[in-house]
Amino acid sequence: MDNQFLFMLAKLLFVVVALISVVPIMLWVERRGAALMQNRLGPNRAGPFGLLQALADMIKFFWKEDGVPGHVRAVPYLCAPLVSLAPAFMTFAVIPFAGNIIFNNEVFEFQVAHLDVGFLYIFAIASLGVYGIVMAGWASQSAYAMMGALRSASQLMSYELPMGLSVIGVILAAGSFQLQDIVALQSQELFHIGSLSIPKLGIFIQPLGFLIFLTCAFAETNRLPFDLAEGESELIAGYHIEYGAMKFAMFMMAEYINMTTASGLIATLYFGGFQLLPGMHTVLDLIHLTGFEGDCLRAGFQMLSFGLKIAFFMWFFVWVRWTLPRFRYDQLMDLGWKVLMPLAMVNIALTVMLVVYKVI
Amino acid sequence: MLLSKKKGFFTRIYIVEIIQGLAITLKNFFFSRKVTIQYPEERRAYSDRFRGLHYIKATNGVENCTACMLCPTVCPAECIHIEAGEQADKEKYPVRFEIDLLRCCFCGMCEEACPKDAIKLSAIYEMATHSREVLRKDMLLEQRGNK
Repeated sequence: MDNQFLFMLAKLLFVVVALISVVPIMLWVERRGAALMQNRLGPNRAGPFGLLQALADMIKFFWKEDGVPGHVRAVPYLCAPLVSLAPAFMTFAVIPFAGNIIFNNEVFEFQVAHLDVGFLYIFAIASLGVYGIVMAGWASQSAYAMMGALRSASQLMSYELPMGLSVIGVILAAGSFQLQDIVALQSQELFHIGSLSIPKLGIFIQPLGFLIFLTCAFAETNRLPFDLAEGESELIAGYHIEYGAMKFAMFMMAEYINMTTASGLIATLYFGGFQLLPGMHTVLDLIHLTGFEGDCLRAGFQMLSFGLKIAFFMWFFVWVRWTLPRFRYDQLMDLGWKVLMPLAMVNIALTVMLVVYKVI
Repeated sequence: MLLSKKKGFFTRIYIVEIIQGLAITLKNFFFSRKVTIQYPEERRAYSDRFRGLHYIKATNGVENCTACMLCPTVCPAECIHIEAGEQADKEKYPVRFEIDLLRCCFCGMCEEACPKDAIKLSAIYEMATHSREVLRKDMLLEQRGNK
């Protein structure tokens, strides 16, 4: 077995473990954050600051009776959690999480799959996630679940389009579908004020595209204010109303992993991906390692800064959830088709002009 | 009636409003006073007139109750069962006095009806048990308050 193969296995393991371990952390952050924003304290009994609450939840999920209700269509009912969980893991494959390192004249990439179609792959797989929801709703043989699934499907239709269109701006600016190239583009200098250099971050060259993408990311991950598929107040729990124990937990895991991927994408496209946070360059210069060790240290710092960026957006998801109320269904459709679609078109037209006249 | 309010362009695109809302939630997150009562350690202070678990008041170790049957008569949930008996000094007393807690609606009518100031509702509100509890006389004679 050569080094590349071993490294690939290590990467796979790292990404999967990292994605799974996001779930208990986010469960805690979500519950604790929600509580503090609502002037409560939240879970604080299990372990320091309630940190072991997620462990307690896990034990509960595993030991609960895992019943299948009598009225469901068994096969799609049992498949649905898997179908929604698998794409959630798959999308992260093309997101680069650190720069390349060179060992024995071989280049090692911190990206599970180096695909030239990077972006198209993400959109293709991310929209598969909705199949899990539709299957769950259809197999549950329950009106609430069916309504949730239908809403989720039509929501996907109306938000996938502006999402794809909003990203075209970044792709035009970078001239590549490759996420590595998009990250590389964002390390260039846009302009400088004195000695302060402002990099070409996506947020600076595509502010409108960023807003559209952010809105669509919320809709794509079925998070508030667009969580119509769940809609606690009108659909009780929507598509997962008939699910319990670990099967329900799998839907939750899928939701949080989708959130991670969406945050990773936002960070990669608009906030420089794994580019070091301001100040980290100084630290690296102070330590001053060269060669392979220096590369490894840099990769570690890049992973850290990418992780911090993801963490901020995960927190942003939670923050928005407890700030904005849920949209009414027709308002959601209006926003998707009548506002975001035309805006995304305008954004493309503007970007094309800017690219043609070599402004960005 | 649906009133359409005229709003400015910036209000209608909601971006400023959303940012203001986010600021409010963040302010609450960091600075607001948390209202949670940490239950087993802290308890909510209830009014003195709170109607909780029953008890029969006793003076000098003898229950005040004379088994007059006014409380089972007035009880809307029919949860009080009394069996009266006589003592050597010809005084009526309850041989058996049971309150079915599952039926009781804690209205406090028994307390109001009692002429002897015997049946009382205490401030105790923790009544979760492993069995379907029926309060017997010996349980009721435990003095649970000072009303």
